[in-house]
Amino acid sequence: MVAVRYQTTFKLYPYAKVPAQSQPPVRHPVVIVGGGPIGLALALDLGKKGTPALVLDDHEGAGLGSKAICFAKRTLDIMSRLGASDAMVDKGVVWNVGRVFHGDGKVFEFNLLPEEGHRNPAFINLQQPYFERYIVDAIREAQAAGAPIEIRGRNAVTGISRHDTHATIEVDTPDGPYQIEADYLIACDGARSPIRDMMGLTFDGRMFEDNFLIADVKMKADFPTERWFWFEPPFKDSGQSALLHKQPDDIWRIDFQLGWDIDREKELDPDRIRARVDAMLSSQSGTIPEYELEWTSIYTFQCRRMKEFRHGRVLFAGDSAHQVSPFGARGANSGVQDIDNLGWKLDLVLKGLADDSLLDTYATERAYGADENILNSSRATDFMTPKSEMSKIFRNAVLDLAGKHGFARPLVNSGRLSVPCVYDDFPLFGEDALKGPSVTRPGASCVDAPLENGFLLDQLGGDFTLLALGGSAPEPVAAEGLTAKVLHIATPGPELAERYQGSAPQAVYLIRPDQHVVARWPAFDAEAVANAMRNAIGKAAH
Amino acid sequence: MTLTLDPNIADPDGFYDELLRAHEGLSKADSDALNARLILVLCNHIGARDVLRAALEAAK
Repeated sequence: MVAVRYQTTFKLYPYAKVPAQSQPPVRHPVVIVGGGPIGLALALDLGKKGTPALVLDDHEGAGLGSKAICFAKRTLDIMSRLGASDAMVDKGVVWNVGRVFHGDGKVFEFNLLPEEGHRNPAFINLQQPYFERYIVDAIREAQAAGAPIEIRGRNAVTGISRHDTHATIEVDTPDGPYQIEADYLIACDGARSPIRDMMGLTFDGRMFEDNFLIADVKMKADFPTERWFWFEPPFKDSGQSALLHKQPDDIWRIDFQLGWDIDREKELDPDRIRARVDAMLSSQSGTIPEYELEWTSIYTFQCRRMKEFRHGRVLFAGDSAHQVSPFGARGANSGVQDIDNLGWKLDLVLKGLADDSLLDTYATERAYGADENILNSSRATDFMTPKSEMSKIFRNAVLDLAGKHGFARPLVNSGRLSVPCVYDDFPLFGEDALKGPSVTRPGASCVDAPLENGFLLDQLGGDFTLLALGGSAPEPVAAEGLTAKVLHIATPGPELAERYQGSAPQAVYLIRPDQHVVARWPAFDAEAVANAMRNAIGKAAH
Repeated sequence: MTLTLDPNIADPDGFYDELLRAHEGLSKADSDALNARLILVLCNHIGARDVLRAALEAAK
C-alpha cells in the first residue's frame, strides 16, 4: 500500500497502472524521485532536450499549503527557458517595496528598484502548488510535442540497491510492488529525503532553536503590496518578529516567530491563531477586517547540507541535498538552480557527448551555491534571533541607528533575497580575456537585456551559445561533437552594451546551456572558443 | 591603512571625561545600548575592513 502523508491542493498526476508493473524491470536513463518543483523542473528540462525522464511521486499532486512563496528572477529566467514562466508571472504578485519596523516605529523602507530591461520581475509571490501546477502544464505541453517525460503518481520508492552502472528501485503502488532500473537516480524527495535515509547518509548542520507560525489569511484588505517585517512587534503575543506578505487570490502570508519552548498543539488552536492575527491586523488599521484562515502550520528549520551531492549513480537536488532557513527565499530558488546545473550535464552524459565525471562538477558547483545560501540565511537568522544578550544589544543598536542614519540600513538583515552564486574560478570556466563588466564575468549567470525584438535570455536558449556583440558574425564553433550556435548582435542597445561590453568596442561570450558565462574575449578566436567549450564539458584542452 | 595604536587623541583627559559624561545617569541597559551604537558609528566611519579586523584583535 502507499500511505497518504498529506492532502493535495491540485491533483496533477493521478495514479494509472502501467504495463511495466507486471513486467521484468525496465531500465530508464533518468528516474527522478519526487514530483515537487525541483523534480518536475528537471523532468521538463531533460524531456525538452529529448532525454527521457521518469518521475515517481508517492502522491498525486501538489501538497496543501502555500509553502515556498517567493520566486526570484533567476528562477523565473530558468522557467522562461523551460517555457513555464508566463503563467507564473501572470498569476504571481509582483512586489518591490519592503518596510521594516521595530516595535511601534518604522525603521525604514526599501525598494528593490528592479533594473530596467529584464523580461522577468525581481520577485513574485506565488503559492508553491501553483508553481508546481504550471510546470506540470508545461510538461503536458512538451509531452504533446513528443518530449519523453512520464510522471507516475502514487509510486512510492521503498528501497534502492546501487550498482556501478545503475540503481535498482523498489516501487510500491496501489496495485502492489514492482522494480525499475535507472542509469541515474535523482533524489528530489525533499528535506526529509527517504532516499537519503535508505542510503544511510548524514545531513549535518546547524539547528536553530525557534518555531515559526505561518498563518495564510484570506481577506479583502487594502494593505499595499509590500513586504512588511517587524522586529519585536508591538502587537500582543506576536513573538520576536513578524512578517506580512501578499500572495495571489487575496491571501496574505503572516509569520510569527514564537521562540523555542512552545506547546505546538496549543499554538495551532485556531482561536489562538486568530487572536494573534487580530492583534496584528488591528494595529495597522484600528479595526479587524473579515478574514478566513486558509492554512496554518508551525515550522522549525535547520541550515545544513549533505557532504556530497553525488553518490555514484544517485544524485541529490533541492531540499534533499541542502536546507536553509526561509529568510531570503533561498530554498526552492536554490533547488531550481540545482537542476538548471544538472539538466544539461545529465543530457550530455546520456547522449555520450560528455564523460560521467562531468556530473561530479554538478556536485561541487552546487555545494558551493548551497554554502553561500546557508551562510546568508544563517546570518539573517542570527540577526533576527540574537543568540546572546550582547548580540541583541548590537541588533537593536543597528535598528535604532537605521531609523536615523543611512549607514546602518545595510546592516539590517531580515533576509538577503536570493540571487544566483557566481562560480568564480571553478574548473569548467575559462578566461576573462575581455576584462569586461563584473556582473557578466565567467562563472556568472547571464543577466537579461532588451534586444530589438524581445530579450537576450530568450535568444540564448538552452544550448551552448556564442554571443557576439559588435564586429562581424563569427562562424559556429564545433568541438567534441558539440556546436555552439551563434547569436550575433551587430549594434547592441545601451543596456546590452553596459552589461556585456563595458568600454570594449566588441565582445565575444561563450555561454553554457544553463546560461552561465564560460569565458569571454575582446575578439573572436575560434581556437580559444573550442578550447573553452572542451573545458566546459570536462574535456580539458590538449 | 593600518590601525593606529599610538596616542592619537588631543586632550586625552578631556575626551575621557566626555565619554563618561555620555553615560552619566544611564541604566546599565541604556549604557550598553549607547556603547553599541557608538561602536557602530565609529566602525562605519573607519570603514576599512582590515583596520576594523585589526581593531577587533587589538581590543581582545
